[in-house]
Amino acid sequence: MAEKKYEGGFGSDAVKNPQRIVFITKKTSAKVRGDVGKQLMSYPHLLLREVIAFQVLAIVLVVVSLVWDAPLEQLANPLLTPNPAKAPWYFLGLQELLHYFPPFVAGIVIPTLVVVALVVIPYFNINVKGEPFWAGNREKRFRVALVVLIALAVFLAVFDAWTVLAPTVVIGGLLLGSYLQKTAEPNWMTYFRTRPVSWWVMTWFIAVALTLTIVGTFFRGPGWSWVWP
Amino acid sequence: MVNGKWLMARALRLAIYHLTFAIYHGPFFVALLIAGADDVLEAPMATTPMEEFLARLRGTRVWKSVFRRGPARSNRTRSLAVFGNIFLHAVPAKVREKSLRVRATYYLGSITFFLFVVLLITGIMLMFYYHPAIPQAYRDMKDLRFAVANGVFLRNLHRLGAQAMVAAVFAHMFHVFYRGGYRPPREFNWVVGVVLLLVTLFLSYTGYLLPWDQLAFWAITVGTNIISAMPVLGPKIRFLALGGNLVGENALLRFYVLHCVVLPLAAVVLIAVHFWRVQKDGGLTVGEDDVIPAKAGNQPPLDSRLRGNDKGEHGRKEI
Repeated sequence: MAEKKYEGGFGSDAVKNPQRIVFITKKTSAKVRGDVGKQLMSYPHLLLREVIAFQVLAIVLVVVSLVWDAPLEQLANPLLTPNPAKAPWYFLGLQELLHYFPPFVAGIVIPTLVVVALVVIPYFNINVKGEPFWAGNREKRFRVALVVLIALAVFLAVFDAWTVLAPTVVIGGLLLGSYLQKTAEPNWMTYFRTRPVSWWVMTWFIAVALTLTIVGTFFRGPGWSWVWP
Repeated sequence: MVNGKWLMARALRLAIYHLTFAIYHGPFFVALLIAGADDVLEAPMATTPMEEFLARLRGTRVWKSVFRRGPARSNRTRSLAVFGNIFLHAVPAKVREKSLRVRATYYLGSITFFLFVVLLITGIMLMFYYHPAIPQAYRDMKDLRFAVANGVFLRNLHRLGAQAMVAAVFAHMFHVFYRGGYRPPREFNWVVGVVLLLVTLFLSYTGYLLPWDQLAFWAITVGTNIISAMPVLGPKIRFLALGGNLVGENALLRFYVLHCVVLPLAAVVLIAVHFWRVQKDGGLTVGEDDVIPAKAGNQPPLDSRLRGNDKGEHGRKEI
């Protein structure tokens, strides 16, 4: 019987093979998605803006390419190692880490962790809800943050990783400072008081990555020693 | 050194490029005018000779066979202009006004995409002058500098575009993060974006070797040595990437193929998915008031949407 029921069930002739396209059960009527605000036609409103953005970008690229020349050094020579041998700027943060930590940690573990961390961001409710870090059990969270930060700072100090430690102290200081701020009056700290934990972690990551990249690019010379640009 | 001759040469180049620039980009503006003049100027009737000419052009059989729509004077034809065009249908027919504000995007995603287009064009042009062989690769760089007309400019554009694209991808990602653009239902597109970030980095890195100068050779040597630090598999992966134990002829060829074929193709496919998902996930994030429920209780609580129960994105039961 079941076979007969579906015979030709996928034909396109609606008269021969009437198909159920929808059924409505109790309390599941189609819902209106709600007001999404004012809408504009992509054409021309969006496309015009995009074309202008492209033009501006092209002009900037052309002008910079006229006054700046792409670097070209001597022919590659495997016998002549430059000191320091530097990676492209976007990997100089990693190279700076290699200066402090063993290659397996700095070159494999940390990059892998960063990529995994970026991928899983949207799959944790705590990131999605984005409640202020100090909204829950303030005292407990403060203790946890304090312990984590001190452990991290000690760890970095043991490895002499000063260029990681400095931004960590700054961001950690802001985090702890935003807790200690008692006054309810809005001031410059108010912004930090209402930030969720994902914001703090990402801001810390960006601060560290920026510091490492800038130090690696401008402040590192022969033997990866500190030089002034 | 900056001297008179140098400045003269730059000024001459600048003049040449203003001219070519106008020739290059003129068609853009003309196309925009042809397609959208009546929207922008809001002129219902053809009054000037130019508008009369355009109106007559639109009336021809050839024009109609290409665009299959009348002038974009109604919202229907404006929609058709977008989803009747294979290139433009990556964008929705309508966008929220809020998502058009500069602060909503700073055009970072668009800039990244435009840079990718610039890199594709300049990259193909560079391929006409490049041999992935030692030491010919380096000689080609010298040729670009001294023999090819405006070869320096071409290489500058590609190099600058590449650096700018890496920076733009990072800026785009951080901006999307701070705006909460990764939240459901956009979580998968965030993941696609992370993969695109990696593809961009690999593209830039594989391109770094191709000039075969000291900078290129040692940057790749330093980078690939890190792979060896991985236990067990490290040296094997490094061998696979380089086609040998040293950065040599095989490495150059592999990086060339990755840079010019494999990674650009991957990027194109992923960009298509990324754009398409932006639309399917309900457009750009416009902030906390992304979707305003018409009535309280209309929208399922965030928790139930996150748990992935039998309710769909719209709160309907999926049958």
